[in-house]
Amino acid sequence: MIEHTRQRMIEHTRQRMIEHTRRRMNGRTDWAAHLVLCLGALLFLLPIWLVLVGATLEPAAIARGEFSLIPRLQGLGVYASVLTEGSPGAGPVWRMLLVSAGMALAIACGKIVISVLSAYAVAFFRFPFRMAAFWVIFITLMLPVEVRIIPTYTVMSDLGLINTFPGLTVPLIASATATLLFRQVFLAVPDELVEAARMDGAGPWRFLRDILLPVSAANIAALFVILFVYGWNQYLWPLLVATDPKLDTIVIGIVKMIGTETQTEWNRVMATAVLALVPPVGVVILMQRWFVKGLTEGDK
Amino acid sequence: MERRTIFPGWKLPAALVLPQLALTVVFFLWPAGQAIWSSLTQADPFGIRTQFVGLDNFTDLFADPLYLDSIARSVFFSAAVAALSMGVALALAVAADREISFRGAYRVLLVWPYAIAPAMAAVLWILLLHPQIGLVGRWLNGIGVAWDYKLNGAQAMLVVILASAWKQISYNFIFFLAGLQSIPRGVIEAARMDGAKGFFRFRTVVLPLLMPTVFFLLVVNLVYASFDTFGTIQALTGGGPGKATETLVVKVYRDGVVNLDVGSSSAQSVVLMLGVIALTALQFRFLGRRSDSG
Amino acid sequence: MKRRTMLAGVAASAAASAVAPAARAQADKTKIVFWHAMTGANGEEINRIARDFNAAQAAVELEPVFKGSYPETLTAAIAAWRAGQAPHVVQVFEVGTGSMLAAGPAVKQVWQLIQETGAKIDPNAYLPAVRGYYSLADGRLASAPLNSSTPVMWYNKNAFETAGLDPEKPPQTWQEFVIAARVLKEKWASKGQDQVASTSAWLTWVQLETYSAIHNVPYATKADGFGGLDAELKLNGPAQVKHLQRLLDMAKEGTFKYAGRDGAPDPLFYTGQAAIGFGSSSGRADIVRNAKFKWAAAVLPYDPEVAQGPSELDTLIDSVDVDTLSLRETFAFLKKLKTADRRPGPVNSIIGGASLWTMTAPNRTPAEYKAVAGFLEFIGRPDQVALYHQHTGYVPVTQAGYELSKQQGYYEKTPGADVAIKSLTRGTVTENSKGLRLGRLPEIRNIIYEEVEKALQGQQGAQQALDSAVTRGNVVLRAFEKSVKS
Repeated sequence: MIEHTRQRMIEHTRQRMIEHTRRRMNGRTDWAAHLVLCLGALLFLLPIWLVLVGATLEPAAIARGEFSLIPRLQGLGVYASVLTEGSPGAGPVWRMLLVSAGMALAIACGKIVISVLSAYAVAFFRFPFRMAAFWVIFITLMLPVEVRIIPTYTVMSDLGLINTFPGLTVPLIASATATLLFRQVFLAVPDELVEAARMDGAGPWRFLRDILLPVSAANIAALFVILFVYGWNQYLWPLLVATDPKLDTIVIGIVKMIGTETQTEWNRVMATAVLALVPPVGVVILMQRWFVKGLTEGDK
Repeated sequence: MERRTIFPGWKLPAALVLPQLALTVVFFLWPAGQAIWSSLTQADPFGIRTQFVGLDNFTDLFADPLYLDSIARSVFFSAAVAALSMGVALALAVAADREISFRGAYRVLLVWPYAIAPAMAAVLWILLLHPQIGLVGRWLNGIGVAWDYKLNGAQAMLVVILASAWKQISYNFIFFLAGLQSIPRGVIEAARMDGAKGFFRFRTVVLPLLMPTVFFLLVVNLVYASFDTFGTIQALTGGGPGKATETLVVKVYRDGVVNLDVGSSSAQSVVLMLGVIALTALQFRFLGRRSDSG
Repeated sequence: MKRRTMLAGVAASAAASAVAPAARAQADKTKIVFWHAMTGANGEEINRIARDFNAAQAAVELEPVFKGSYPETLTAAIAAWRAGQAPHVVQVFEVGTGSMLAAGPAVKQVWQLIQETGAKIDPNAYLPAVRGYYSLADGRLASAPLNSSTPVMWYNKNAFETAGLDPEKPPQTWQEFVIAARVLKEKWASKGQDQVASTSAWLTWVQLETYSAIHNVPYATKADGFGGLDAELKLNGPAQVKHLQRLLDMAKEGTFKYAGRDGAPDPLFYTGQAAIGFGSSSGRADIVRNAKFKWAAAVLPYDPEVAQGPSELDTLIDSVDVDTLSLRETFAFLKKLKTADRRPGPVNSIIGGASLWTMTAPNRTPAEYKAVAGFLEFIGRPDQVALYHQHTGYVPVTQAGYELSKQQGYYEKTPGADVAIKSLTRGTVTENSKGLRLGRLPEIRNIIYEEVEKALQGQQGAQQALDSAVTRGNVVLRAFEKSVKS
């Protein structure tokens, strides 16, 4: 334990020294860098601004192409309207947000739970066919939803899971990536720590709960962000497996709103788009520090 | 790397891997088997009559010039998306790697778009580029460019590439930044003292050290462009006009789900699976190399 | 223990009898689900039908569910059937008829339903052009017609006035149409931004399928597929090629705008962007609701040099019982005859729209089929047919519904509402105007769209576009034939 803490302190000090030297070397303001970064930020902010403004405009004005860059305050009512009433071709947004949130949470939590368990088993135990099990899990990396979409659908219909919430989420919960990541993290836990825990008489469950999970909390947080965004952004699978409008996710809803044969009400589409962006963007920004770390470390 | 210290017993660990294994078997291996079986059969949409046809679906597929076109189109599309998003992301990462003010703010501004769904990216780009309602689209028509990506195949391709690449910039940015920050400052400083300047220094010193990241991202981006862009393309062009933006995944969806030609679409799924396996193998050969060197 | 169970049972039955009779009736009702593909005003009309049906009887509760576009609805229904969860009734567009007829055990055709439930549905009550599309070769009705439309030409009377055209005289031939479009472009479209002389929704249905029908030229061999599964596409004949080339040329000179597939171009007309919009007669409800200008419908223009049907002269003679005319009227009639066009005219147009199919499921009860039969009877009632027709712009699918609408004075109140019926009943039905009976027709339509879109980009001419559409379409037809026969 003490050894571990000392190592971390040394690492921390080293980082601080590097930072310090770096700052001294690039003391001058770099205008070129500012320019590039501003352009980059604009590249992302401009479309978002357009959507924010567009949501408040009159649909007829948008259809005529009279797009102003200043929001129309009296048009803000559209948010309440799409949230509660829905639009032609799509139900009320609150319901779709709920479905999306449920789906994203179920996928993120489900993936984390089963991946932690299986990675724990692979990393800390010896059992027959351990490597075989590991490889079976590993193979799933090679089969993204998109390539096995039709056969998976057939399987789902055999299981009677079409148009159900489990049908929407369960097939996406199996995850090789998360298992691999946790295995990596667990393997990096110093043997001394395991030894110490065993000396204290901790069984496998206590070890997992009291030591392993706290140690990898940051990784779990990072993975949560990634998986939440992954679940939230699913398109092809929900499009196929849930034809019941009650199970429309927000992403599906938006595409449906654009696709209806009647005239697209662009202000409603945009208001819906804004509402659809808030949760995942919020999660990413709030947990940014962990998320970036988890993402880049996870794939090493 | 193997751990020396382990817990005894095999029942508990077997129970722990079971959920993961069960999901894998039911939702990965079984469907994969189904895909292979269906690819050897021909069936009507309702699945009432099924007939074993051997490799007919595959020979039909590769005899179809439209399928070969679709492969070429997908390769072009994926390469363009990967190149564009990685290029822009690298430029941004190099700029953000410097010790400048508002560094944190810039990073937030460049990282958040990670959360945008591919289908959502399409909505944003419609608002920019739609010939009638899009800001840029109208402006182009105003200055006399005949801009209508619903009718012009080349323009449609451009639009789906832009939208798909745009959405991926954040992801690449995060990795490039991490990659740049892991390069020892001493190396760059030494190059600077040797008189290597600006772009030359970047190309001869930084880029080679960044190559592992570049290669890793290349594979990830190719996979992204091949599969995750379905939502973007479907919402922007639906694969049209003509077949101008019909990539392989769009075609699988259209043949399987819209046209209900299960045999052919399963054959296409099998072909795609082989493609992904090849890409994954490539990635792992590289990852193995990287962990050896690091 | 036993006593307690008995007591509980008594308590439960007491509670049950205390429940309001209405609530109990609710629980006893047979629930049936109806998947449809109607949006906008037409979607609301489906809800109206469901409300009326549920109010008209106490035994059945019908739930209408919107399932997306026609193809999406069909796909969803097929997928649901495979999963054992098919809806009781599904609305399938007319081009899906071929696929549904090959669906074997997945559907219960209307004649089977009549046999099993004794439903009172008389196939002969339906208009011939409608009945033909949804019947087997021997005349047995396979699906229940609900919404049938036919292509018409909507035009903006204000635009015609601005351009100096007579708003009461829409172009009758394609030659006149081209000239009118040029005038509209110059004197009307050029005055506003994004305005265009003409556009066409459902390009494949209106400009190719119906064009072929009214000119009595084949779209496919074997009587457009009615004669057998081995039919081959013939839509690359000289007449169709010439017509498509004309549209391509018009697009080039800016008098015609292709604004997307299927119904996507519809809004262009009712928002006032296009002066002439070809579309389904069923677009009426949306036009009534949205258009802020004077408008009217007309029958499709035709090419006199291609047409083989009765001439204007023939039609005129047929329309009048000379014995009943006064001398003055006879004189006026003769004058009309003198100026009437003697060249051959068009025959009937074909229908579009959809019909209702009864689907099967593993656990479906006879009571449920009976409930479905009751619903199909209900929508075929003359008053319902007339109501639906008048609310939507779809044609009355039964003769009785048409007669009732006439009696109610509907056509005097809304002039032009009978354009679609007139168009459907011109001349006598030929084997080229009965409709299409081809498998996987939606896919073939998409192929045609793709080829036409390529041609519109200037990558190929009309001949080449239709040639490749035929080649590619025939591959699909052969695949369908193989999958159904095996």
